[in-house]
Parts: sequence; structure tokens; C-alpha cells
Amino acid sequence: MRFYILLSLNALTVASLYFLVASGFSLIFGLLRTVNMAHGAFYLLGAYVGYDIASYTGSWLLGLVGAAVAVALVGLAMHLTLLRTLGGDELRQALVTIGFAIVVGDLLLAHYGGITYQFTPPEILYGTTPMPVIRGYPTIRLVVIGSALLVGLGLWLLIHRTKVGMLIRAGVDDRDILSAMGFNVQRVLLLVFALGAGLAGLAGVIGGSALSISPGEDARFLLSSLVVVIIGGMGSLAGAALGALLIGFAEQFGLAFIPNYATLLTFLLMVAVLAVRPQGLLGRG
Amino acid sequence: MKTTLHTVLGAAGLAALLSGTALSPAFAQDIRIGALATLEGPFAQSGLDGMRGVELAVDAFQGQVAGKRIVLVKESSNAKPDVAVAKTRKLIEQDKVDIVVGPLSGGEGIAVKEYAKSVPSKTFVNGTSGAQDTTLRDPAPNFYRFTLDGAQWQAGLGSYAYETKGYRNIAVVSEDYSFPYSQVMGFQAEYCSRGGKISQKNWVPVGTKDFTSVIAKLPDKVDAVYVLLGGADAVNFLTQYYQSGGTAPLIGSSVTVDQTVLSSKGAFKNKVLGMIAAGPVADSNDDPKWVEFVKAYKAKFPDGLESPSLFAHGYYVSTLAVLQALDQVGGKLDDGQKAFQAALAKTELTDRSPTGAIRLDENRQAIADNFVTEVAQRPDGAFFSKVVKVAKGVDQALGMDRAKFLALGTASRDNPSCN
Amino acid sequence: MTTMPQQLLRHPVLWLALAGLAFPLVASEFWVGTVAARVLIIGTMALSLTFLTSSAGLVSFAQAGVAGVAGYTLALLSPNITGVGVAVPWPLAVGAALGMGTLAGLLVGWVSVRSSGIYLLMITLAMSVSLFYLVSQNTEVFNGFDGINGLKPPELLGIDLRAPIPFYGMALAAAVLSAAAVLHLDRTPFGLQLHALRNAPRRVAALGFSTTLLRIAAFGIAGLIASVGGVLNTWFSGQMSPGAVDVHAAVNLLVVAVLGGIRHPLGAFLGAAAFVLLENYAASVIDRERFNLVIGAVFIVIVLFAKDGLIGLIQQLRAQIKPAWTGVCAKNGRKTV
Repeated sequence: MRFYILLSLNALTVASLYFLVASGFSLIFGLLRTVNMAHGAFYLLGAYVGYDIASYTGSWLLGLVGAAVAVALVGLAMHLTLLRTLGGDELRQALVTIGFAIVVGDLLLAHYGGITYQFTPPEILYGTTPMPVIRGYPTIRLVVIGSALLVGLGLWLLIHRTKVGMLIRAGVDDRDILSAMGFNVQRVLLLVFALGAGLAGLAGVIGGSALSISPGEDARFLLSSLVVVIIGGMGSLAGAALGALLIGFAEQFGLAFIPNYATLLTFLLMVAVLAVRPQGLLGRG
Repeated sequence: MKTTLHTVLGAAGLAALLSGTALSPAFAQDIRIGALATLEGPFAQSGLDGMRGVELAVDAFQGQVAGKRIVLVKESSNAKPDVAVAKTRKLIEQDKVDIVVGPLSGGEGIAVKEYAKSVPSKTFVNGTSGAQDTTLRDPAPNFYRFTLDGAQWQAGLGSYAYETKGYRNIAVVSEDYSFPYSQVMGFQAEYCSRGGKISQKNWVPVGTKDFTSVIAKLPDKVDAVYVLLGGADAVNFLTQYYQSGGTAPLIGSSVTVDQTVLSSKGAFKNKVLGMIAAGPVADSNDDPKWVEFVKAYKAKFPDGLESPSLFAHGYYVSTLAVLQALDQVGGKLDDGQKAFQAALAKTELTDRSPTGAIRLDENRQAIADNFVTEVAQRPDGAFFSKVVKVAKGVDQALGMDRAKFLALGTASRDNPSCN
Repeated sequence: MTTMPQQLLRHPVLWLALAGLAFPLVASEFWVGTVAARVLIIGTMALSLTFLTSSAGLVSFAQAGVAGVAGYTLALLSPNITGVGVAVPWPLAVGAALGMGTLAGLLVGWVSVRSSGIYLLMITLAMSVSLFYLVSQNTEVFNGFDGINGLKPPELLGIDLRAPIPFYGMALAAAVLSAAAVLHLDRTPFGLQLHALRNAPRRVAALGFSTTLLRIAAFGIAGLIASVGGVLNTWFSGQMSPGAVDVHAAVNLLVVAVLGGIRHPLGAFLGAAAFVLLENYAASVIDRERFNLVIGAVFIVIVLFAKDGLIGLIQQLRAQIKPAWTGVCAKNGRKTV
């Protein structure tokens, strides 16, 4: 019993982390139709920048906020310099973000080297939270689950309860009409791109604290984001949550029972979903 | 469409130009040594330390042997076997090196050994790659390994865990590929033959970051957990084990607690104090030769690691052996390297070796000392590995009858078994 | 309409072959056996991608994986030192490798048949990664992370194909044949249907052609070409391991195709040449360790400023120098619908 509860909590933790990363990816795709292949690089960049800020200021929270802001700015810069010039050419946009990801990944390796970094979150987050039946669970992992819930709720409120959210939803449905109605669509696009990138940066710090930071994490989280949104449905927030949960559970239960093929399982899950519903479980046909 | 013609001819012309110029004039009195290590990707740190070892060895000979200048050509791979072979070919064919020192990792070693067979008049000396089959089965006559293999690197650990620590029943958490398989084999050779049991083996895919579900699966009643993970994975496991409230003591492989991990930053280190492990180097070795080596390392590389890693050590002794053999034959290589290769096969590192005598067996595989260590903390807070036992003169069959050892077959997930 | 010999003379593949044959006369063994052979191998694999894009407008991340299927098949059916698989006579092994690779191509086409554009890119990437996890985790058949070692090119009519020049000759022959096949296919009714599929898929369907079958067939042909590259690559590196089908391999192949010009079949070889040269000489541009930085930056510049890659740049340059020539080129070049 204890084992299954632990497994489920682990799956929830992983799902939360995947959701944090993939929600930004999905948001950007939903409105901008851009497949941001640099999303994993944003995650890694956020983790490193957050680490630097946290170790310089001694505040983990500042690192978290700083990483989100810094990566949002980098995202803005990338959008303004690289993506906007390509207009609506989705394929070339995806390609240019691949190039950007390669460059960022290599610069990070050059600067931070191949060693592994780990945050020193406040002692209160680093320990174990007592719980019934399973005795205790690492606090930081509960923080991961909590942050995903907060971010998910925040995004939902933003999209469904604010004026900006209305614009975003309208933009997803028909960008041209929105523009013709006199709204500054470009500003909304920029905002969403920065938000999506910032979320990746934030996730970098949270993921880096629960796990660790090392080269290669960028590709890992790009892939997981891709799988999550392909399963859940591109551009759908609820889809990202559902996809993250499915992958999280498949991965952790797989690791416990068929460790050799755990990762393969998640990808096969994706192929299976695609075969039945190419637009993803909650994607619009 | 004719553009293609010009393009191709242009490329050919450029190539011809490059092939003409890239060949720097090789002086007859120079000896060209190629050093191959991983300077890119996640193993960059290890490769860098390996290169430091090569440089230290060349320095030890003042950059020349028998009146000939040593020219060092560095090349980087990325731990992938095909890249290692491509870069080795480049060293041989393009840079015209006489001798290659490298590579760094297991799969690369086997691939380079296979390539070595096709160029018998060149000599290949392993860097730190530790796959057993590089020298154990189907060896190349011109491939030499002055470092121990993965199984040898665990020598002394099994008996120490059983006898001194009193562990009788342990669980294994390991990365899932041949190097850890052979390390487990090396550990079992002593631990299981004494009656120790391994009640659970967890093989996790390379690149797994979240081990908590594996940790949850570990049996409650084990005396210790034997962890065979390196770099980022080790750091993750140690943190998660600590956070999950794990209490069993830990046993490490040769890469779990080396300096690349001990120098990493994070709170996980609380868990590694007292952890036992084994490998070819230990940070606190009283041997004056080792102390001298560390001093030279720190003097030349103030930005280096806290203490030279097994990579610096492996590349160092391998290059030393090359230079010593070259010295013995007066730098003579113009006989298809026959005299040199014969001398190298008989080379014994004694005075120069920082870790005790090293000699080769009939397959040109090292017989050398191995160290059992325990993680301790210096007054300044830095972590280091302290020698608690030395396994002397470890051979590739781990002291078993060679035929019997070979009959065990290649190490795998369940071979040999121990329960 | 030009006469046959003249047409032949203008055929780019002929020039490619001639230049390739002349290359060993001017270059050192290293350049022939290692650099040029690698260019031809990577070029052939990338050709499968440029074929898909130039003819049918499809982009795939799975071509490295498909080449890997062929590579693994060959490795498992050849003598190896890893002790897996069954050794069969090499022509059979090569045939099986090409067959399995083609099947893998068809499978990719079939699974992704309802996706296009960036969706297609993502789905093919996911399939490619699935293959990576399968081969890196299965030890019984694929020997997991360590892969299959000790593979050697065979002897053919007494010529040892392991030696640099014969190996290069074999790679050249394979590359030229593949390129010629692709260019020829372009002029067949099937090629025209593919073009139509790219430009107006609905009209193709309305005309009574099955777009599904057309797409799957295109992926199958691309699979065969990628397999040719995969077989050569396995012999070239003497081993087959998951590294050959990982996400970096997939990205690299796309980078090569885009660098050279993904909308022209022969861009693949130009891209491969640029890639391999950069790989070997990034050191003189910047630091050897920073190869990825250089290739990434070059890639961004190409995507932003040269839609048709290096081949497009060269065509533009030629157009400025000798406009008259380009007219001829265009007439004899690819015919589009």
C-alpha cells in the first residue's frame, strides 16, 4: 500500500513538473502557432540563471522569480529578432528555434561546464514532510505539486477571467478578425510568448531543485513537453494537464515495474493516442 | 543546375588546399602523440581532467624523450564510439601521430581497439575506458591498457563490505549498461564468494533523473545499497535517497563518489559521508608518489579539481608508460614501431607511478593496485575519499583461474548471479 | 528539347560523379577515406529528407531513425564481436537492411499520414525517439546502450572495401546512384503526382489519386535512400549503437538538409560537406569544443536569410553573374507542376 501511494505521489510530482514546462509550450503554440523547439533550452537557461541568482543573493525565491523574468526577456528577444521576421512560416520558425536551442545549449555548456548543479533550497523545503501511512515525503516534491496547481489555476484565471485572457482566446480562434477589430494583436502575442518562456524558466528552478541541473536536460524537457502536448492536444491547457498526468503515471509505474522499457512506454502511449486522435485527447479537430 | 559542378569542384579544390596545408611539416626528431578524450557533452569535465594527466606526464619528461621533441595533438570525442573512431582516424591519418593515448569511455575503447587492428604499425594506449572486452576477449596486438578495467576497479570492495562492514544482504541500484555490469561482477567476485547476498538488482535506464520510485521499491531490510551511478545521476540519487528518508548505508562504484561528483554543488553531500567505494585513485593516499603527483597537478592546474580524478590519473600513467618505453628504445619508431611495441608490452611503471607498480599481462592489460575508500570531510568542509584498504596487484581475472573467469561469460544484468 | 548527350552533359549527377572520381587524385587518404566518405554518407541520409521535402513537401525528423533501422538490421545479420544476431552472407544482410529500412519508412509514413507541417515534424521526432529508447533499453537483441561492435565492410571481387579508397568508391557509387534515382523520379508521373501533392493535395484527391498511398510511398522511397546511407554508416563506423539514432542525430540530419537547401535534392550533399568541414575545422573558426555554437549560428543565419540554403545562395550568385546561364539551368533543372 505504502509503495503504491509513494509511486502515485512520485507520478504526480513528475506530472507537475512536466505540466509546468509544457503549459508554456502549449500556450505559445495555441496562440502563435509556433512550435518553440528552444523551450527546453529556456528551461535549462532558467535553471542556471536561477542558480546564479540564488547563490548570489542567498534567496531561493529570488532565484525563482529572477529566472522567470530573465527567461521571459530572452524569449521576448528571441521572438522579436528571430521569429517575427519569419512571418507566418511555421516550419522555418520551428527551424530557427532549433538553431537557437543549439546555440544556447552550447553557450550554457561553455559557461557552466559539464558538472551537476543543485539548488540549496531553504532548509524547510529540503527536508521531509511527515505524512500518514507513507511516513513522510520530500517537501520539495510537494512544492513541485503545489506550484503546478498554482500555475495551472493562475493560467486558467488569466485566460477565462481577464480581458487579456479574452483577447488570447479570441486570438486562438481567429487572429485576423481580432486584428481587424482594432486590437493590438502583436502585443498580445508578445505577452504570451514572454509568459510561456517565463514559465519554462520558472520550471527550470523548480525542476533543478527537485532534481538537478546538468547539460542534456534541455533536450529531455523539450521531448517531454512535445509528448505531453501531443497527447493532450496542442494549445489546450487542460490537455497539457491531462497529458502530463498520463505521462507522469506511465513513467513512474513503468520505472517501478518494467524499468527497461519505462521511457519507451511513454512514447508508445503517444503513438497510440495519435493513431486514434491525431489532434490529441483534448485538441480541437 | 550547372551550379553543382562548380560547387563540387569548389569543394574539392578547397579540400585539396586544406589537405596540403593541414599537414604541418613533421620533423624527423619529433614524436607525435595524439590524445583523445571527451571535451564536449556531459563528460567534458572528465575529458578535461584526462588531458591534464597527459600534459603532466609530458612535463615529467620535460617534453622530450631520447633527444626528440614530444608533439602533443589533442582531439575531442563525445563518448560515442563512432565519433571516437572518426577522431582516432583523424589523429592517425591527418595529424600523422605515431601513438594515440585514449579514449575515455567503455564503448569508445572497444571501437578504437577494433580500429587499431587495421593499423598495426601505430600504437594505441588506452586512456581510462574500462570495458573488460577491450583487452579480455579478442585483443588487438597494438592496443595497450595501463589502467584497470571496470571489474578490477571494484577489487577489494566486496571483501571489505562483507568482512569489515559486516554487510550480508544488499540491494543494487545501477545504470543499465556494460560498464556497471562489469563493476557489479568485480564486486560480486569477492562479496558473493564469501557468502554475501544481493536481494535486489535495479537496473535503471541511462539518463534517469528521478529515482524516487526505485528508492520506494528498495527492500526495508538491507544492510546497504550499492549505487552504481555517475555524475548528474549520482547527485540526483543521493539527494532523493536522503530526502526519502533512506537510512541504509551506501556503497559506491568507482564513479559514484569521485571528485567530479564530490566537487558538485548541493546539499546531497550530507548523505555521502562514510560511504565506501573503490577505484584506482583515492584523494588521501599517503604514498609520497601520490602526494607528489597531486602537488604537480595543483601547481600546473590551479583551476583543476580538488584532487586529480581517475581520468587524470589514467591518462597520466598511460602517457608515462608510452614515454618510458620510448626512452628505452631511444625514440626509435621507424621499424613499424616493432621495437617500441615490444618494449611497451614489457614496460613496468614502478618509481614513476603515483599508485603503486603497474605491469601488463599477456593481453597487454594492466595488473595494478586498487583502492577501497571511504568519504570523509576535511576541516575546511571539502569532501574527499580516504584510503581504507589497498588491493595489491589486481589482475583481470580478479585472482580467479583465467579459464574459469572467461567461462563466466560477459557480465550482464543477471550474470553472474548472486542470490 | 535538347539531344540526349547534351542533356546528359548538363546532368548535375554526372558532374557530381566526375568530381567525386577526380577527388582521390588531388586529396590525401584522410580526406578521401574519412572526410569525403563521411560527406557522402551523411549526404545520402540527408538526401532522403531533401527528397521528401523537395518533391512532396514533407518534413521528417525520422530519417536518422530509419537509417538506424537499416544499420541495426545489417549489424544483427553480420559477424560482430558483441555476439548478437545471426551472421548471414553479406549481400543478404544488405538486402535485408535495405528492406527493413524501407519498411520502417513506410511505417513512419503510415503512422503520420494525417499530419502535416510542424505536426509532422513532431510526430516523426517522437517516433525517432521511441526507436532510440527501444534500442538503448533492449539488451537481448540490440545490446542496449553499448550497441553492436566489430562490424566490417566485406570484400567484393577481391577488393577489400575496408580500405579508404575502395570504401570511398563504394560510398560515391551509392550516393551518385541515389541522387540520380531521385532526380530521375522527379520526372516520372509518380514524381509529378508528388509535386501535385505538395502544391494542391485536395486537387490530387479530386483527380482520383490516393493522397494517403502517395505519401506513404514517398516515405517508403525516402526510407530506402536513408537505408543506403545507414548501411554505409554502419560499415564506416564499424559499429551500431543508440547514439546513431538519438535526438541529436535526428536534429543533425535536419540541420544538414536545411544548410544545403532542403528544397533541392542535391542540397543534401552540399549541406553534408559544409557540416563535416565545419566539424573538422570549427577549431580554426573558434574553439574546437564550440562546434555546436558555430553550427547553430550558421544554421540560424541560413534559415533567416537563405531560404534555400547554400544551394540557393549559389544559384543566386550565379544569377547575378551570368543571368543567361541560369535561364538554361532553370529550363533543365527541376520541373515543377
